[in-house]
Amino acid sequence: MDKTKRYERLLSRLKDGDINRRSFLTALGAAGVTAGLVGGPMGMLTRAARAATPEQIRFDGWGGVVSEAFEKFAFAPYTAKTGIKVVSGTFGGADEYIARVKASQTGEFNLAHLSGVFDYARYHGLELTSELNEANIPNLANVIPGLITPLRNITGGTLSAVPYNYGTTSIAYNRKYISDDEAKAKGAKLMVDDAYKGKIGGWAEWKTRIWYGALQSDQDPNNIQDIDAVWDQIRIHRDLALKYWTSGAELMSLLAEEEIYVTEGWSGRIRALQDQGHDIGYFDPKGGLGWQECIFVLRGSPMAECEELLNFMLEPEVAIAVAEGQFYPPALDPNKVELTDLVKSLPAFDPAGTLDGLSFFNPEYWNSNEAEWSKTFSRVQRGY
Amino acid sequence: MAAESARGRRQPWILLSPSLATISFLLIIPMMFIVVYSFWLRTATGADQVGFYLDNWQEVLTDRYYRDILFQTFQIAFYTTVICALVGYIPAYFVANTRMRSKTLLLLMLMLPFWISYIIRTMSWINILGSSGAINTFLIWTGAIDSPISMLYNQTTVILGLVHYLLPFMILNIYVSLDGIEKNLTEAAQSLGCNGWQAFREVTLPLSFPGLAAGSLLCFVLASGTYITPLVLGGPRDAMFANLVFEAIVTQLNWPLGSALSLVLLALLGVLVAVYSRYLGVDQIAKSFR
Repeated sequence: MDKTKRYERLLSRLKDGDINRRSFLTALGAAGVTAGLVGGPMGMLTRAARAATPEQIRFDGWGGVVSEAFEKFAFAPYTAKTGIKVVSGTFGGADEYIARVKASQTGEFNLAHLSGVFDYARYHGLELTSELNEANIPNLANVIPGLITPLRNITGGTLSAVPYNYGTTSIAYNRKYISDDEAKAKGAKLMVDDAYKGKIGGWAEWKTRIWYGALQSDQDPNNIQDIDAVWDQIRIHRDLALKYWTSGAELMSLLAEEEIYVTEGWSGRIRALQDQGHDIGYFDPKGGLGWQECIFVLRGSPMAECEELLNFMLEPEVAIAVAEGQFYPPALDPNKVELTDLVKSLPAFDPAGTLDGLSFFNPEYWNSNEAEWSKTFSRVQRGY
Repeated sequence: MAAESARGRRQPWILLSPSLATISFLLIIPMMFIVVYSFWLRTATGADQVGFYLDNWQEVLTDRYYRDILFQTFQIAFYTTVICALVGYIPAYFVANTRMRSKTLLLLMLMLPFWISYIIRTMSWINILGSSGAINTFLIWTGAIDSPISMLYNQTTVILGLVHYLLPFMILNIYVSLDGIEKNLTEAAQSLGCNGWQAFREVTLPLSFPGLAAGSLLCFVLASGTYITPLVLGGPRDAMFANLVFEAIVTQLNWPLGSALSLVLLALLGVLVAVYSRYLGVDQIAKSFR
């Protein structure tokens, strides 16, 4: 007998009064333990149970003001309308989240606020993508087309996520020590200038390090011809750097405390520092790195319910509130939706809604090199 | 008679069964999974390729990179342990020999750091040693320096963070040993002509050695397995072996390689514990937590 039928029969026996609640739970628990030991079958059982009447949907994001905005403007009205609770979780990074998903049963995690096109492709490679019914997400029409197309290209024309916001990872510098003119003149090479030895930082992420290594060796990051020259630049940066930061909070602390004078930084975090009164300059060099974040729906999730939640999250009121909370422009097309003055003032905001001025990771190119480059970066970082 | 004897043989196993079941489910079975994982491979997409491959083991055991980081890890753990032993002996001696009524309070104070998250305690050094931290602010205020001294994000701060984390473990172990020494022995040594220092060197120190050794083992093992401290207080090069495990599993999604790496660390530390147990016995460590 298949697990779904067994579960349904057990449930109907409970409803008919053939067995009491205690016996039902005991039988279900025993089945769960047995199935849990072998993994997959329990996943099918829980999936079936969820698919029948999903009482809750799990959403994972970056926490902080972003989660608060989601809770207030999207999750609460969604729960009021549908009766489905949104359980909110947080993660420290896309890598950490993917490790958790890998260790979980299908359907345990549903939606996540993930980074860019690269991770979308990575999830697709791991067969974790779903297929959204776009008819259930009318607010998708308000999203910048240039952000949707790269996702469609990966999943063969369908979508497993909706773009939600975008930003840049560009040069951040302390104006007390580095002038705007110097930053503009040196661009990415400012971070390998030995005049600032011991006062340079950098994100401890292999993709960003290689991207900037390519710019510093005058190469196109999406078409690197001489990878050894890139590693050399990363080594130079490593030897000049005080610290590789691993979170936005650490980036802000290092700049605010003047431990470092220059690093690449996330546009929203730098804006937050500027609003706190720190005289931090921010400059998108030629070939500066743009990225988008999306709300991703994982395979095995209750699709109709997730699509409805996505539509709530893409409501202009919600997307703008989140954008103002995290200082990253929303994925809403400024030609279709009236955005606030605060959103228009955010770094990386593109009033044309085309994002033509930004460079993004080419997911196919970067994913094809991911295994080798991430491993090599780990060694180069340690002095090799 | 035979039935009674059989029941007698079964009884310890029955009594032990809850513990054995717990250990099996929480330690042995997960460990078996890790062993199995270490023979799999990671595919280009990040998915696992099930099978029996020796590639990960070959890489871990033959690549100089892993040996170097392992050596660096043990070096940091060794320095940490030596500093903990030197710094920890004095307070342990004081607490064990004090005639103050508030001995319990002193012991409680030793436990106080455990009430605060290890990560928070580690990060507190940023506010002490940073450019805008307490030391630099004070030195600039006194006019001793004009601009902040760079003290953070190097191997020294990693060792400092580890000493801060592990010192209570060392003190407690030494304290237990010292507290168990009969006071009459030192007095007898002194009555036979030893001065205070000689009595300490000839009687107290050798008798406290099991506590010192237990504390050292604990500090060394815990320091060898840490990854938070180098992540928070280390520079780009200051990684320890556990950071490689973290990177392999979380960043590279290479669980098979991460499993092989973690088993290597486990095996080496296991050998150390086995050697210690053979010559000194691990029960000394348990005493400090009683």
